[in-house]
Amino acid sequence: MLDLLTGFVAELRAAGIPVSLTEHLDAAEAMRHVPLEDREGLKYALGASLVKSSTHWRAYDTTFEIYFSLRGPEYQIAENELEEDGEQTDESDAANLAGHGTGKGRGRGGGGGGQEGMSPEELAELLYKALLGANDSMIAAVARHAVARYAGMEPGRPVGGTYYLYRTLRNLDLDRILDRLLDDARVASTSPTAKDPGAGPEADTGGQVTFTALEERLLRDEFQSRIDQLRHEIENEIRRRLVADRGSEALAKSLRKPLPEDVDVMHATRDEMVLLKKALQPLSRKLAVRLARKRRHGRKGPLDFRSTVRHSLSTGGVPLEPKFRYPRPAKPEIVVIADISGSVASFARFTLHLVHAISSQFSKVRSFVFIDGIDEVSRFFENVDDPADAVHRINTEADVIWVDGHSDYGHALTVFWERWGEEITPRTSVLLLGDARNNYHASQAWVVKELQDRARRVYWLNPEPRAYWNSGDSIVGEYGVHCDSVIECRTLRQLEQFVGELA
Amino acid sequence: MTSPTNVTRENDAITTGFPVAGKPRFESIEAVRQGLASVDYLADEGIAGVVYLADRLAKPVLVEGPAGTGKTELAKSVARLTGSRLIRLQCYEGLDESKALYEWNYKKQLLRIQAGADQAWQELEEDIFSEEFLLARPLLEAIRSPDPVVLLIDEVDRVELETEALLLEILSEYQVSIPELGTVRATQIPLVFLTSNNTRELSEALKRRCLYLHIDYPQLDRERAIIETRVPGISEALADQVARIVRSLRTLELKKLPSVSETLDWARTLVVLGVESIDAERASETLNILLKYQSDINRAAKELAGVELTD
Ligand SMILES: Nc1ncnc2c1ncn2[C@@H]1O[C@H](COP(=O)(O)OP(=O)(O)O)[C@@H](O)[C@H]1O
Ligand SMILES: [Mg+2]
Repeated sequence: MLDLLTGFVAELRAAGIPVSLTEHLDAAEAMRHVPLEDREGLKYALGASLVKSSTHWRAYDTTFEIYFSLRGPEYQIAENELEEDGEQTDESDAANLAGHGTGKGRGRGGGGGGQEGMSPEELAELLYKALLGANDSMIAAVARHAVARYAGMEPGRPVGGTYYLYRTLRNLDLDRILDRLLDDARVASTSPTAKDPGAGPEADTGGQVTFTALEERLLRDEFQSRIDQLRHEIENEIRRRLVADRGSEALAKSLRKPLPEDVDVMHATRDEMVLLKKALQPLSRKLAVRLARKRRHGRKGPLDFRSTVRHSLSTGGVPLEPKFRYPRPAKPEIVVIADISGSVASFARFTLHLVHAISSQFSKVRSFVFIDGIDEVSRFFENVDDPADAVHRINTEADVIWVDGHSDYGHALTVFWERWGEEITPRTSVLLLGDARNNYHASQAWVVKELQDRARRVYWLNPEPRAYWNSGDSIVGEYGVHCDSVIECRTLRQLEQFVGELA
Repeated sequence: MTSPTNVTRENDAITTGFPVAGKPRFESIEAVRQGLASVDYLADEGIAGVVYLADRLAKPVLVEGPAGTGKTELAKSVARLTGSRLIRLQCYEGLDESKALYEWNYKKQLLRIQAGADQAWQELEEDIFSEEFLLARPLLEAIRSPDPVVLLIDEVDRVELETEALLLEILSEYQVSIPELGTVRATQIPLVFLTSNNTRELSEALKRRCLYLHIDYPQLDRERAIIETRVPGISEALADQVARIVRSLRTLELKKLPSVSETLDWARTLVVLGVESIDAERASETLNILLKYQSDINRAAKELAGVELTD
């Protein structure tokens, strides 16, 4: 068992979750107190010892499933399950399904008949009933059947779980099921036995009911949550089969998910983008607090009398060591100039969000966004308590198209220099943001040189991997020679670190 | 008052070692869950599991999560359940040793020094750094208590990073070193809960010493059960509706999502108003109890009324 834990910890570390030796030992101790059969209990016990940040939980959860939840004889897969394209189902599933039939059905599949593969229609019908009745074990059983039938899993095939998930879901057509559930709920609500989650809807003439918008909404939420549950069961089933096929270690590696702060922003999937957005808020808040504290503790201020006297007591009342309060050092001025064209848009948004979230750390922040035209957007951030609102307005309201809406750094920079160049002073730090893919327009790199002459510092943040720089239409090198530094910045972690050092 | 036996003079040999846990407080994870339910705290598998483990491993628990999700209440409920005394250290910016651990009563000491001006310093020193001049603050108090204690270090993310260091000794050794006096060791291992609203990253050193528990907004069933236990006189149907509407609102992109305490406030208001079933209109009228920002309230009202939002 301890070997298993060691492998598990190694995988967590490989996934980027820091686990110290103490924590590893705590986990081993925890295992002594929770019976192995209690999988849920074990998951939380090990999690409490090993994972000290909620954003790491998703990665932990996946790994735990692979290493622990799917072990044991009941998770073994019968030989024929993998080979016969899932037409055959194992006994327990069939029993499960039979045992939980809702009774409302037409009494299908008595005796041995039900075990021979179900038709797609029958499976769809069962799925529908499972969802309608919120029958947990039936939902799980249907999930297993659906994977067996539709995922098309073959032993040894090196494709990831998402591929199978997609294939299964496509065949189940869950959107249609959701609509049907809602439609039928309207009819069902008129019968006295039905339990509906919303307030009692009023029956109208034809045995149909009209839900109010609120009732409809709550009903939809309810069915959606059952569908999410089904989806979760399907993912589990796919993992179970993959583990059986490839073994935990290999699988954990191929399913490894980056932590939100380490996701490559430019190549994030839609799901990852959702997580990134979630992570941004706490990240910027933490950064703000950290910086506020740093500033306060930066230097010594006037004498703190009370503290001095208190500490003097260990020296017999003689104040040998004076204590001080902390003053506030001068704050820098920031100008952000960001490319917000398609490929780098999210990166620009994150940066603007982060910089403005800590704007109290600067004496002034001005923000400019461009594609081929450039616009000042500082006003959007005035008097809003959440930078996300302002960033949202930038997307819809900023005036950044000049000719064709393809990035033109040269034109944007020239316009910036003409209109706002005067306002750059030796107290200003300039932050240029983008991949410097200039669509083969003129670079006008002289503007950056002028900026550098006038400003305190000029930085260039590039969200592209360094290996791609200066290839194709990227001309970051031409601008870079006039910058104090050019920084590869691909993840929230790197971005946060950079912005933190700026303040 | 401290019994002299658990104080070691500094020059005495200080034996350190992992504190020995006392008799287990809980039989099983399930026993924790049921026990907490009996004092009106509805725990899920994760919460119950971590409390159980904290007792078995004699380790503190760091509880993180959004405000109003039952972190503080958990510590209080565990105290009630185990019949322990709850000692609470409320953290705030600027909290220091003298408020958290102990303070020498320096006014009294100065008086004593003046009064004994002709005495030898050595003798005076022995005297003024004795327990008579010591003011115990929550952490020291928890350690010295002869009775079972639940120590709650609330909102630890509010103190400065450097101040966290003050907690480390107590969290790992269950002892407090007082340079002038010696080491005070716990006679019984307290159950320790630290809570954090996650406004900043806590130090690695602190996290390593603790078990970690993240409490999020509860699932539908648990929230409904919380409402039923905590709101007297509410009907099952109304509790269910409240829980469902809150779940729905939490899927929106709001500035501040409704917490459990706000859910409860809302439910209580509805009961007082004699509402039996919530419709969109009723909901909109009372949303200001559930949500804190006007923009969130407007947004939610439109959503619940089924008005299509542009954008
Ligand atoms: N699991 C629960 N069971 C019962 N009541 C709860 C639960 N979680 C939260 N509450 C209620 O919510 C209120 C707020 O909880 P609190 O512990 O103060 O939140 P936090 O410390 O997380 O900000 C409590 O007073 C309690 O009434
Ligand atoms: Mg609290």
